[in-house]
Amino acid sequence: MTPAATAAHRQAQAPAGRSTERPATGKDRPRRPRLPGRLRRAGLPYLLLLPAVLVELLVHLVPMVMGIMMSFKELTQFTIRDWSVAPWNGLANFSATVDFDAPVGEALLDSFLVTCAFTVLSVGLCWLIGTAAAIFLQDTFRGRGLLRTLFLVPYALPAYAAVITWAFMFQRDNGLVNHVLHDQLGITDGSSFWLIGDNSFIALLVVSVWKGWPFAFLIIMAGLQNIPRELYEAAALDGAGVWQQIRKITLPSLRPVNQVLVLVLFLWTFNDFNTPFVLFGKSAPEAANLISIHIYQSSFVTWNFGTGSAMSALLLLFLLAVTGAYLLVTSRGRKQADV
Amino acid sequence: MRRIRAAAAIAIVTSLATAATGCGGGEGGTGSDASPKTLTYWATNQGANIEADKKILTPELKKFEKETGIKVKLEVVPWANLLDRILAATTSGQGPDVLNIGNTWSASLQATGALMPWDEAAFEKIGGRDRFAEAAVASAGAEGQDPAAVPLYSMSYALYYNKKMFEEAGVEKPPATWDEMVETGKKLSKDGKWALGAEGSNLSSNIHQVFALSQQHGGNFFDASGKPDFTSDANVAAVKQYVDLMGKNKIIAPGNAEYAQNQSLQDFARGKTAMVLWQSAASTFKAHGMKDEDWGVAPAPVQSGTPGQGRQVNSMVSGINIAVFKNTKNLDGATEFVKFMTSHEEQKILNGTYGSIPSVKSAQQDGAFDTPDGTVLRETLTKSAAPLPQVANESQFETAVGTAVKGLFADAANGRPVTTESVKAALSKAQQQMPK
Repeated sequence: MTPAATAAHRQAQAPAGRSTERPATGKDRPRRPRLPGRLRRAGLPYLLLLPAVLVELLVHLVPMVMGIMMSFKELTQFTIRDWSVAPWNGLANFSATVDFDAPVGEALLDSFLVTCAFTVLSVGLCWLIGTAAAIFLQDTFRGRGLLRTLFLVPYALPAYAAVITWAFMFQRDNGLVNHVLHDQLGITDGSSFWLIGDNSFIALLVVSVWKGWPFAFLIIMAGLQNIPRELYEAAALDGAGVWQQIRKITLPSLRPVNQVLVLVLFLWTFNDFNTPFVLFGKSAPEAANLISIHIYQSSFVTWNFGTGSAMSALLLLFLLAVTGAYLLVTSRGRKQADV
Repeated sequence: MRRIRAAAAIAIVTSLATAATGCGGGEGGTGSDASPKTLTYWATNQGANIEADKKILTPELKKFEKETGIKVKLEVVPWANLLDRILAATTSGQGPDVLNIGNTWSASLQATGALMPWDEAAFEKIGGRDRFAEAAVASAGAEGQDPAAVPLYSMSYALYYNKKMFEEAGVEKPPATWDEMVETGKKLSKDGKWALGAEGSNLSSNIHQVFALSQQHGGNFFDASGKPDFTSDANVAAVKQYVDLMGKNKIIAPGNAEYAQNQSLQDFARGKTAMVLWQSAASTFKAHGMKDEDWGVAPAPVQSGTPGQGRQVNSMVSGINIAVFKNTKNLDGATEFVKFMTSHEEQKILNGTYGSIPSVKSAQQDGAFDTPDGTVLRETLTKSAAPLPQVANESQFETAVGTAVKGLFADAANGRPVTTESVKAALSKAQQQMPK
């Protein structure tokens, strides 16, 4: 080594030496990369993410802080023109929203339960249909490209245009759904209402799954490309059937993909505002009163933005808790599987 | 793996952030222009659709530009979004210079302080308060305060009927009382045709109907001190009577329970429904291809058969007011524009086209409004219409009670019984949603 190189080597070693003060991980490899190099490598993704994160904070953090601030104020029609004069309200908005014996809290709880049921069903169905379709389209056959494109159409359509079309189809007297179900197939006794009353839950679920599953399909399809074909070949040689291959190879290999997919689907579905709003308008029927619509009603329609913001803040806390718990549980399981 | 995790992190942050900001949404208003040579104007949807409105208004705005050199940027805001847009504009201070509002919202919007009050001096600039019909000015703000807006178009409810369908069913004259309405209705409701149309999922329309019925039962939705009083016997009876037209009397098609986009007018024009209770429907009928001689018009029914005041009220004072947004950067131009829109000439042209009644007295007397429906609407407006309560919580009342009626219609349509108890429960729930 030349003297210059030695100096550089020593410099590079200095921080690395400090790093040994950290508790040893137990799996020391003989030649660990030195810290600046590691730092550089580990830092690169963060550096690349930085612009996105900054814009994200700019676009979302300011309104978030505003929203949380509003939840501590008594912000009604008399004060919205100038928020600063709105009286501080302490925790009154929050206590009103979680008082489940009073009308406001009771309505929120109902809406929350409806949303939970809706989310579980919608995410489950989206995932199931998406996975099934992706597996079916894994083998090459004539027309596969066409089918893949076709399946992605609902995802590519603008939400408003797609949902308003569904709203027309769900109309009782002139809608396509009743025409097919009642007039042609004779499944339902009479013409049913889909946009009002209890059936609205089904209508909402159908549209949500229709809109959501292509995303699951897309992600799972991408995940499937990473599973080596040899695994299947080996399994086939060992006499594993299709079902066993799916259970023993496909699903375990998709685990990391599924972890993200289910979480993202959950958050999107739980927060979905466009679908119920376009389908039902300002006042959704009780059976389909999703929490986003409920919060909208509580703030925009009754002009009580403080209560609405308090509900939003609680929703955020709930989603954070669920997300945290979900990641904790699923990641722990996965690490064991990875090792 | 790390990449997936990073992508996941971003996706999750985004989704969570959407949750937190979801409520703060609403569309931002159009920025008002600092230049005194432009104005932004939000018009309401008065014609058959938004495009029709643009076609009707644009030549008038050009006329204004020619007179004053002020260019008016027009946006016709659909009813479904208008109140949200106004609220968003109020919150952000970024809004139009001049806007149309439903006159029933006047007191609610007045309370926000977003609209310029029309005091004596302001009225003087547009020719004085006494140019306007008093009932119309009375529905431009709470009593005892300077109006928050100026009346632009006036309307009232009337009963429109299909002459041919009446003839076929052997009905000689339009019903004047509710008993006659039910009796006539039963004759007309057969073979897939129905007697009366309703917009069961349109909250405002529900309110307008139950308000008139409540008056006829001697009720009111707010007590003298402005507190909500939804569950009084009169109000319960009024709401039940309206919903019973579908459930018990079966003269409204069940499908109307989900109507909110004026589908009942389409049904009427296609000869599927024989009657509608509507305000200034003439221009819409024409747009749907109906000839003027195909339909007739009569005063909306009252219990006694002779509309008047008190229990004989058969319509709300309906109308559109024009207001100046307080944050306007072109106050003189905005006032000038209101003066133009309420001038004798423009009142004649616009109300004539829309089939509404001018709010300016001199224009009301014009012969152009002596049409069959113009006469009925004007008579109703001057003799038997009452304004909706001008209280700050009026718009919340429209939503809460309108939603309750929508739910009751859904029950009736699905064959569930609508009883005095269920009506009372629905109204009581609505009242609990009102701000304390």
